[in-house]
Amino acid sequence: MNLNLTLIGQAIAFAVFVWFCMKYVWPPVMQALQERQKKIADGLDAASRATRDLELAQEKADETLKESKEQAQQILEQANKRASQIVEEARETARAEGERIIEGARSEIDQEINRAKEELRAQVSLLAVAGAERILESSIDEAKHRELVDKLAAEL
Amino acid sequence: MAGNNPTSTEYIQHHLQNMTFGLHPEHGWSLAHSAEEASEMGFWAIHVDTMLWSIGLGVIFLYLFRLVAKRASTGVPTGLQNFVEMMVEFVDGSVRETFHGKSRMIAPLSLTIFCWIFLMNLMDLVPVDFLPMLAQKVGAWFGADPAHVYFKVVPTTDVNATFGMSLSVFALIIFYSIRTKGVSGFIAELTLHPFSTPNKFAQALLIPINFLLEAVTLLAKPVSLALRLFGNLYAGELIFILIAMIGLWQLPLHFPWAVFHILIITLQAFIFMMLTIVYLSMATEEQH
Repeated sequence: MNLNLTLIGQAIAFAVFVWFCMKYVWPPVMQALQERQKKIADGLDAASRATRDLELAQEKADETLKESKEQAQQILEQANKRASQIVEEARETARAEGERIIEGARSEIDQEINRAKEELRAQVSLLAVAGAERILESSIDEAKHRELVDKLAAEL
Repeated sequence: MAGNNPTSTEYIQHHLQNMTFGLHPEHGWSLAHSAEEASEMGFWAIHVDTMLWSIGLGVIFLYLFRLVAKRASTGVPTGLQNFVEMMVEFVDGSVRETFHGKSRMIAPLSLTIFCWIFLMNLMDLVPVDFLPMLAQKVGAWFGADPAHVYFKVVPTTDVNATFGMSLSVFALIIFYSIRTKGVSGFIAELTLHPFSTPNKFAQALLIPINFLLEAVTLLAKPVSLALRLFGNLYAGELIFILIAMIGLWQLPLHFPWAVFHILIITLQAFIFMMLTIVYLSMATEEQH
């Protein structure tokens, strides 16, 4: 165990190794490590951001769904209302129409009755004259008694 | 084994001797043929095996990490990149926890210390005779006497390697201290602490005492750093060598010790790194 020149040689070798390590080994490795660290941090960040975005989107979708359901409900209600309204209107129209038709028919019947009455009245007067002729067996002057007979018929 | 039937002592000594190349007073620049020759070389000698293994392992470490750093992607990491990123994050975490100052150097420094020391310690788990014997065969092939081919595989069992690192760390401690507090602040820290008094005269008397205490504290840092690592690995290596000497029964003993040693080599690398960070963070703090 004698100290000699090896000591200096070793010290020089040591210095060179340290220099080399400091210059060419440490910085690239550290840089790579730091960059990877940053990348991972960014990735985690992005992941959490994406999760938050997803949550937001889901919330929004839920809201939209709710809204559209409400809208559909509204539309449905409106349609129902409208439909019943239409039915009501139709019923009203039909009733009016029916009444009108009945009215028309009734007035026609009245007319018919009046005409029949007129005809009947005319026939009755003829019949009455004819009857009276047979009964009397004599000819009555038609012109002379017409007035009388007409008066009779009008009384019918 | 070294030579023809070496004694236990020779065997152990052979294993603990570095391959030394240096300026011998008689033979000039040459490889030492014995421990005596190696110590006669004094300071002007270099441990070839220590340098070779430590630099080789350092290059392997940097090559692997550089490979990953070049193709580092921010996508899903695979295989080697996983491992490298794990190491980098582990070291980065340790540094962030302890060191609160600003420095681009401290984290790569810690990474280098941890990985390099771990790899050098890891060589301890290679069975003690494999590589030295291989070296002897190669040496014999080149015409050297195998008994004199020394080859120590674990660089951290060489006190030069551990001191080489700890003294570098020591230099950094001083550098950071001066950069943070200035020269005067650094000197004040050494001399006006821990004993201080508003009385100028008493303070002048206390300065030498303070300086003695603080200097010991300061110098103990690199010494303890280096010797802790060295001691642990040296002792571990020695026990491996002792286990290797007992013949057939070494296997059941070798295995548990190796398993236990896995813990030690990792722990020692971690301790060296942690203490370096702590020392440097203390150096950069304004006041304590």
